Amino acid sequence: MTKELIKGNIAFAEAAIRAGLQAYFGYPITPQTEALEWMSGRMPELGRAFVQAESELGAINMVYGSACTGARTMTSSSSPGISLMQEGLSYIATSEVPVVVVNVMRGGPGLGNIAPAQSDYNQAVHGGGHGDYSPIVLAPANIQELIDITYESFDLAEKYRCIVMIAIDGSMGQMMEPAELPPFREIKKEHPAWAIVGAKGRKPNLICSLNIDEVEHEKVNLRLLARWNQIRKNEVRFKEYYLDDADFAVVGFGTAGRIALSAVRAAREKGIKVGLFRPVTLAPFPEKQIEALAARMKGLLVVEMNTGQMLDDVMRFGKDLSPVRFYGRPGGVIPLPEEILREIEALATETIPADIHPRDLWFDRLTAELGLTYEAA
Amino acid sequence: MTELQYKETVVFERPTALTPTQTTYCPGCTHGVAHRLIAEVIDEMGIRDDTIGVAPVGCAVFAYRFFDVDFVEAAHGRAPAMATGIKRSLPDRFVFTYQGDGDLVSIGMAEITHAAARGENITVIFINNANYGMTGGQMAPTTLPGQKTTSSPTGRDVELAGYPIQMAELIASIQGTSYVVRRSLHDARNIRQAKKAIRTAFEVQKRGLGFAMVELLSTCPTNWHLTPPDAMNWLKENMLPVYPLGDYKIHDAVKSAGI
Repeated sequence: MTKELIKGNIAFAEAAIRAGLQAYFGYPITPQTEALEWMSGRMPELGRAFVQAESELGAINMVYGSACTGARTMTSSSSPGISLMQEGLSYIATSEVPVVVVNVMRGGPGLGNIAPAQSDYNQAVHGGGHGDYSPIVLAPANIQELIDITYESFDLAEKYRCIVMIAIDGSMGQMMEPAELPPFREIKKEHPAWAIVGAKGRKPNLICSLNIDEVEHEKVNLRLLARWNQIRKNEVRFKEYYLDDADFAVVGFGTAGRIALSAVRAAREKGIKVGLFRPVTLAPFPEKQIEALAARMKGLLVVEMNTGQMLDDVMRFGKDLSPVRFYGRPGGVIPLPEEILREIEALATETIPADIHPRDLWFDRLTAELGLTYEAA
Repeated sequence: MTELQYKETVVFERPTALTPTQTTYCPGCTHGVAHRLIAEVIDEMGIRDDTIGVAPVGCAVFAYRFFDVDFVEAAHGRAPAMATGIKRSLPDRFVFTYQGDGDLVSIGMAEITHAAARGENITVIFINNANYGMTGGQMAPTTLPGQKTTSSPTGRDVELAGYPIQMAELIASIQGTSYVVRRSLHDARNIRQAKKAIRTAFEVQKRGLGFAMVELLSTCPTNWHLTPPDAMNWLKENMLPVYPLGDYKIHDAVKSAGI
């Protein structure tokens, strides 16, 4: 295999096809639409299922139905569309059917815009649909990693019978990079024992998220939690850069992590001993690693394309061990490497007040710099 | 003592596609009749092993308990989308949805309309009893003008709450559909005709001829506050004029298939 120049949206679509994707259901939304377009040509030509649904609500429920048959099934969308899918995702999680969802995040809230953002972190990691459940959330930072993660995501979803959400942003969906696509996997021929395929030679199977007996549904909740605990134990992934001798660490995921890496390299050239910790699984969150990192660093800088959603998780595990600083650009604005470099320099030289939340400090810095004034809280 | 010899002939029994379970339906409700007709059709066609049902949210939310076939339970109104996903992944299985009027006509209007437009090769059994039964008898899109419900206590005021939606007519107007009819379950003759329509709808799917929907006018004695016989009469006198029985769409391909 050789590398080819490939666009993110098409890269994950083709990687899924090569992973043995059997059914794709989606709805057009910028900046994700190229994936739907790619699927509309490729899936039928390979004799696989493709439907452009009437809405994201329709799409996710088609995904639900298809996944109930045991078929490798996925959808992709962008922030507002993912919001619409939350109903179905809650049902899917409860029913324990494996699905893969790609969220090409854009600026929110509301209709927002079509620029890259990371503001669905909390929705993906802490919330989304109603009820107690947790999907695996993976955040690649370049096209090759996006391909590799997508290729593997179906195995993960099937292993744990759970939702795997791949959280990227509009810039990763739209950018082109040289990357290598994986070989074609054979389509699964066997249906899992739990699948809905017709009850030949057995009692009927039921896939259902309803338990009118609350004691039974409590057990479902606990079973989901038991599986989540396995996932927390087995599937934490992260990348470390320049951390061996570092005094300071930047923590950032996806595109923010990637931009931060440029800033870290620039800071290294200036002699600042700084490294980058990039969570790849946002859920399960690298809790222990953040704790260990905070324990050995003189300070952490969390960088995100939102108002500090992952920041709260980093602080949960690291704030008592190390001062934390935050820098974010919400609403679709991409932070520049120079901005992050400036933050790294400040991290290395300034004392961080312990009694003020890093988000509040950042808010004052950013709004002052942008010349914006708001009524005091 | 003379030993008496009996020769028993079974003339009526539970269809094997129905589980030997007591249903959760109210006495006199026609859901049980509709279930039985579907089960008889599954038995007669010998398709129990290849049939997948999609249950709705509403009174029939537990439909999966009563049919001896593989089942999924959809979110409210999403059964046609779920059925689409199942059918596209398993095109050689029989997939049917069973939906009430709140589920299909109100919250699930987009899903049913687009499944019909795509000509999904599925069978939709649509139970129209002119109210939300499960939640205690609220106004549905199918509630008749002037009909009192718990959320139209003075009767459905068309100025404020609009008119009933005639679903069979609406779905039949979509080019992608193949078989769309309305039947009623208020007496034996109509029940027999409903059974024939359900059989045809499954035969349409068997032949890959596309989307089929059978609307079944049904009673809700509990929420209509009527005895079961009075409910049958109420349906006949009040629902039939608003929801005329008939064949609203029989595609030429269905006609020429001779089913």
